[in-house]
Amino acid sequence: MADAFSAASIADPMIPRVARVVKRRREIADVVTLEIEGGAFDFAPGQFNMLTAFGVGEAAISVSGDPANSARLVHTIRAVGAVSRALTELHVGEPIGLRGPFGRGWPMQEAEGSDVIVVAGGLGLAPLRPALYRLFAEREKYGRILLLFGARSPADILFRDELEAWRGRLDIEVVATVDHARGDWRGNVGVVTTLLSRAQFSASNALAMLCGPEIMMRFVANALLERGVAQERVYLSMERNMKCAIGWCGHCQFGPVFICRDGPVFPYSQLRGLIAKKEI
Amino acid sequence: MRTETQRSVVRDNDERISNPRFETMDKGMAEARSIVDAAGLEALRGQGYALIGPTVRDEAIVYDEIATLDDLPRGVGDEQDGGHYRLTRRNDEALFGYVVGPQSWKKLLHPPVLRLWRARREGDELRVEAEPARVEKFAFIGARSCELHAIAIQDRVFLGGAYADPHYRARREDVFIVAVNCGVAGGACFCVSMDTGPKATMGFDIALTEIVAGSSFLVEIGTDAGRALLDSLPHRAASASETEEAEAILAHTAENMGRSLEAGDVRELLARNLDHPRWDDVAARCLACTNCTMVCPTCFCTSVEDASDLTGLESERSRRWDSCFTLDFSYIHGGSVRQSVKSRYRQWMTHKLSTWYDQFGSSGCVGCGRCIVWCPVGIDLTEEARAIRESDAQKGAT
Repeated sequence: MADAFSAASIADPMIPRVARVVKRRREIADVVTLEIEGGAFDFAPGQFNMLTAFGVGEAAISVSGDPANSARLVHTIRAVGAVSRALTELHVGEPIGLRGPFGRGWPMQEAEGSDVIVVAGGLGLAPLRPALYRLFAEREKYGRILLLFGARSPADILFRDELEAWRGRLDIEVVATVDHARGDWRGNVGVVTTLLSRAQFSASNALAMLCGPEIMMRFVANALLERGVAQERVYLSMERNMKCAIGWCGHCQFGPVFICRDGPVFPYSQLRGLIAKKEI
Repeated sequence: MRTETQRSVVRDNDERISNPRFETMDKGMAEARSIVDAAGLEALRGQGYALIGPTVRDEAIVYDEIATLDDLPRGVGDEQDGGHYRLTRRNDEALFGYVVGPQSWKKLLHPPVLRLWRARREGDELRVEAEPARVEKFAFIGARSCELHAIAIQDRVFLGGAYADPHYRARREDVFIVAVNCGVAGGACFCVSMDTGPKATMGFDIALTEIVAGSSFLVEIGTDAGRALLDSLPHRAASASETEEAEAILAHTAENMGRSLEAGDVRELLARNLDHPRWDDVAARCLACTNCTMVCPTCFCTSVEDASDLTGLESERSRRWDSCFTLDFSYIHGGSVRQSVKSRYRQWMTHKLSTWYDQFGSSGCVGCGRCIVWCPVGIDLTEEARAIRESDAQKGAT
């Protein structure tokens, strides 16, 4: 029966390697960025790792750091459950388990020569940040770069220092908005789709990268399509329950695809038939 | 896999008397007529295999370690239908006169619970130790054609992608498979519809057809290991009439399938009917108990659980079977994606019969009927597919 056994990797992909937390930074109320060292960490923007808090569990977390720095891995984590909370509570020097990187990331090469529209909602900015670092590092390869960012409130604005620094650049356009704010906010108020109508780009030569709540991505994608961007050129990063990251556990199925293995980044053309349906 | 097929009949005859292999056999053994098989089993044990075969436990056929032929269910039949399973007494001494029970070989190749690793903290260091892969070799006695297809399907899941599961691989790669062609069709069987039986055509070392209940088996060879086993047993060339008898038995089984499913276009049928009202109908009956996924020989989903000791110095992770019928299965922060039972049944059935093709290039259903039989309310996916077909959205539109 030897023919049943392909030349697949011998190493056990379910075994985490042990890395160490070297820096911990609280971003906003329930969001922490961990910097990890312990080997070489090559990854593509948009890929994720499975992080283990030993004795608690494992969670899928996107890489949020610079792909040019393979010595230090950066993850930005929101404490929403037992595992993610334990991860955000790790101290500098503590061990952390790591498997990855997994998945298909952002289409950086395909974006070359195009206007790039990056739309992030809330923590969705984290998986997009490696793509932004790459875009900025190779700025000459791309057309216009637009970053549209939406958060629930001013207190929920992730990476605010960086956003403000980027907004000071003359070669990119950065616009932020919040869903709601008190009187001391002088910025935009409204959902991120409203920013799109004012955005300047060449629809026939644009590529979009979207990450945020599914409903936000769906509305933004449809708005982009209305502006004339091809659905094959609108990319979304999807999120589902994941226990393995390699297509074995079955949890992340979305119709015909495994989000972990076939994604998490997909062209809208691949998702469009199912994303509007409930409970797929 | 060898395409050439060698047919021989192994039977209880005088040959064994002169074969030293049988000299140690207890002449007083009640099942002495079956020593042909016993000899086969002994030979495999000598080669270091743990013999796993059907046996009766808790009023059902289960797969368990067997020591002698006495452990096989002799003269046992079964009665199967939606939500219904009973063992019956046959009026012969057949060793394989029943069809598949609630268990499948999945429990041995992809165990229900498996520790993946243990971690130990020593001072400032933390070490992760992988669970060693199992080294004992299995011999599966009595695997049916649908089950061979199910194993091939799980091979594609665990070995066919970018990564190979070392635990599955270790358990799988040395398995010796004695297939049994089904002499009877079960009340919930539809392997003919799925093109997965009743005759074993792939994935076995040797295949048997029971042509005289309890004593004579027509043998087909699938691999060199199978040939070596046969060579070690007393056997003779099958006569034309014996070969015809085996073919007649299989033809009879094929004609008596308890269920049928129009499989040709069921992939497309379900894909275009995700909003069909029948999903509400089945959801009103489904208890989301997960039985269908537990008994299914191809369902592979798992979850992981971490545990630690009280000191926090040691921890471990286990993988256990999970089911798309639980609310937890699709949980992400903010709530589960599949809140309704309707969406969970739809996920299971569309995965099995439709999206499995997209993912693994084949159907995920082998027509064994277990999900029908072991559903406490007798939900029958062949009936659900038929109901959807009868009011197909596309048909309605034309």
